Amino acid sequence: MGLVPGLIKGLGVTGGTILRTVFPDGIKKPIPNPVKGAETVQYPHEKEEPSPRARGVIALHEENCTACMLCARECPDWCIYIEGHKEKAPPRRAGGKPRQVNAIDRFDIDFALCMYCGICVEVCPFEALFWSPEYEFSEPRIADLLHDKSRLADWMETVPDFEPYEAGSEAKAKKVPPT
Amino acid sequence: MTAISDRDQLSYIAAQAADARVNVELETEGMTLNIGPQHPATHGTLRIVAKLDGEQVIAADPVMGYMHRGYEKLTEVRTYPQVTTLINRIDWVGSFANEVPFILAAEKLMEVEAPPRAQWIRTILFEMSRIANISLFLGDMGLQVGAVTPAFFAFRDREHVLNQIEAVTGGRFHPNFDRIGGLKDDLPAGWITETKRAMKKIRSFCDEIEGLLQGNEIFEARTRGIGVIPADIGLGYGLSGANIRASGVDWDTRRDNPCGLVHDELDWKVWTHVDGDSFARFWVRLQEVRESTKMVDQLLDGLPGGPVMAKVPRIIKVPAGEAYVETENPLGVMGYYIVSKGDLVPYRVKIRSASFNNISITPWLLKGVYVPDIVTILGSLYFILGDIDR
Amino acid sequence: MIAAITDPWWFQTTLRVVGGLAAVLLVAGTLVYLHLFKMVSFMQSRLGPMEAGPFGSLQLLAEVGKFIQKEDIFPRKADRFVFAAAPFVVLMSTFLLVVVVPGGPDAWFVDSEIGIYLGMAVSSVSVIGILMAGWGSASKYSLLGGLRATGQLIAYELPLILAVLGVVIQAETMNMQGIVLAQAEGEIFGWGAIGNPYILTQGVAFLIFLIAMQAELTQTPFDMPIAESELVTGYMTEYSGMRFLLFFIGEFATAGVFSAIAAVLFLGGWYIPGIDPANNIMNVLGPIVLITKVVVLTFIVFWVRFTFPRFREDQLQKLAWKVLIPIALANIVVTGVLKVAF
Repeated sequence: MGLVPGLIKGLGVTGGTILRTVFPDGIKKPIPNPVKGAETVQYPHEKEEPSPRARGVIALHEENCTACMLCARECPDWCIYIEGHKEKAPPRRAGGKPRQVNAIDRFDIDFALCMYCGICVEVCPFEALFWSPEYEFSEPRIADLLHDKSRLADWMETVPDFEPYEAGSEAKAKKVPPT
Repeated sequence: MTAISDRDQLSYIAAQAADARVNVELETEGMTLNIGPQHPATHGTLRIVAKLDGEQVIAADPVMGYMHRGYEKLTEVRTYPQVTTLINRIDWVGSFANEVPFILAAEKLMEVEAPPRAQWIRTILFEMSRIANISLFLGDMGLQVGAVTPAFFAFRDREHVLNQIEAVTGGRFHPNFDRIGGLKDDLPAGWITETKRAMKKIRSFCDEIEGLLQGNEIFEARTRGIGVIPADIGLGYGLSGANIRASGVDWDTRRDNPCGLVHDELDWKVWTHVDGDSFARFWVRLQEVRESTKMVDQLLDGLPGGPVMAKVPRIIKVPAGEAYVETENPLGVMGYYIVSKGDLVPYRVKIRSASFNNISITPWLLKGVYVPDIVTILGSLYFILGDIDR
Repeated sequence: MIAAITDPWWFQTTLRVVGGLAAVLLVAGTLVYLHLFKMVSFMQSRLGPMEAGPFGSLQLLAEVGKFIQKEDIFPRKADRFVFAAAPFVVLMSTFLLVVVVPGGPDAWFVDSEIGIYLGMAVSSVSVIGILMAGWGSASKYSLLGGLRATGQLIAYELPLILAVLGVVIQAETMNMQGIVLAQAEGEIFGWGAIGNPYILTQGVAFLIFLIAMQAELTQTPFDMPIAESELVTGYMTEYSGMRFLLFFIGEFATAGVFSAIAAVLFLGGWYIPGIDPANNIMNVLGPIVLITKVVVLTFIVFWVRFTFPRFREDQLQKLAWKVLIPIALANIVVTGVLKVAF
């Protein structure tokens, strides 16, 4: 049946993996160190860093938001709830007219419904929404997954700076507003 | 169109008649085995009703629809960016590849062409989603025939590709990156070197799978000669992708009908195999992964500079018309037929998904095979439930 | 595990029972931890259980605790007696098998003249247990698994026994202690430093024994009865809680005991070169040596199990009847001829 070659090679592949996992430094350090050699990460004792662009949670920069409702409209799940009102703000220079600005009363994102697609962040014309790679916000109650205005503003601290682009790109790197 | 012999046709009709009889009365001979919808072997909620005689299958019938999510109806009330988000989830392992034919069809209607850099990056991500998808198959095929270790190797090495997709799009499985007119964003610095490293790891993974599974005599005994699909019957049932290339048909939409992707500027070959059995399907897919890694390396070397987005209005209204674009997705040929009436939302989208046609051959293919071979054959046809049921 | 002590019969029996339980269960636990939790994890580039105890050593204890407190589920159409008795029948054959294994010159349970014959006879009882499990579960999947298992186990009994026959011919005795001493006192072409472990002269029989043992334990590549991706767990599908744990521990215990028998037959059992077999220290060292050899042999068993895909039922049978049995018979003929000639 010619059983020998392929089967032995298969055993060699798995045997080699055992040796590589137990002795990750090879012949140089023949001390068993499987914690270093394994490719898995012992969560929650150590955690991997997601990439800066990872879509973890959405943060709100309230000063830029004008309650234009574009994000709430474009969301495929309609999980953003916005209520706003108009109010008079002081004039920009002395002796001018008071100007009308939109102020938001309520800006909730329901992360239980959210598809983490990013359309809201993309369509915002005033760059008030940002992605943050934070992913550890699970709650025992589903209702707690509705993040309100203050919680969304807290996420702004975790928003990383935009990375520079690869060579040959014409895109300009955007900036995250300081909180 | 097909060359099914008289004997095959008669036996098929006899099996159908046996089905009908058994459905009407209580079965007295043979055993009806329900494989699924909850089963480790059917990748998802597929149900196969098999009538057995001992260990041999007399007739088998796939029952689909347990995961129907109503995509084509959903698209009638979603704008184009929202549809792009949703269709990521049709074939959930071939992430980026789902969006490409839809966006290309919409661009065809709008008569907009993406700039060259966008097309090249699209092709890179397209091939990377193929690598991620087929690597899962390579590990999963081992699992179907009983070897548990290749599955772990597949998931371990796929991580590198998924990390790279996450680094550029933000999502590992649902990138949502393609836009009408180009892409959402450009590549971050350092991505090209990291991706080349990931491709090297995938190549070493392919070598491991070759040593562990492909050369293994037990694996060959389980897959050679099992589930042979003759080329004409396969084409008659609408098989596409690696399934039909394993039967000797030299058909690859990337080469024969490129549309918006830059495969014609690369140096690559289409892999075929003459046997048409499960081993051939496995072999063809293994070579395809290797070929894809070489393609990605070529693409990364030749990436042109420039913008990634063409001039398109902010609110996208696709002009009235119809367009159909199909591409060579990892599972087979996937196509989107968009009918637009000039609105923000499409009027009707018909999705031609590869796996739906790929498993239409199972009643014909599973006649007379043993029960363990059902699992091997289903594993080698490689379907994803989301792709079948949409 | 102590003889030559003139104690009342109930004391000796209790000692034997406790010793037997320890020999089977502790060894099974060690094998589960070393091979199932750690070795296979390293093979798959991961670490295995790490939380329960240092480096996950108490994981099996945690699992036992978990299984004990589970609900005892009977399928509605199941035959209650058959369903309940099946795990015990399988375990019983393991315990009956371990009594023939000697641990040292005076550390044995039963010193019978038909040692290995007795062992092979009682190991066949597990087939009935598996068939009871498959039938009593009242489920098509379990029935398929049980039938496949019966065919496979009966087919592979023969190569197992024929491989053992070669050793018996060479040792001129069926007594297990006698086989160990024959290896200990034997010589290879006049060089008696390491004795004469029968793996050297009966190498073919050793391979056949390993393959047949893999099949008797229904491990991949012969695990059609369990075939996880098709039949969930075959004949064990409907078992949950403590009954499933009995099957699970039984599987590893049987692996340990069969490896112990292979170690005795082919590797010299409790004997290590350098120490005289009659020395009393071997009563303590002997079991340790035997367990080391068992760990090595089970390493091979599980290494093969987690690497290879599985055979189909008809390929399995073909391998047993058309390949293994002829080779084993040829081995017996050659051994007999050489035994008479030299």
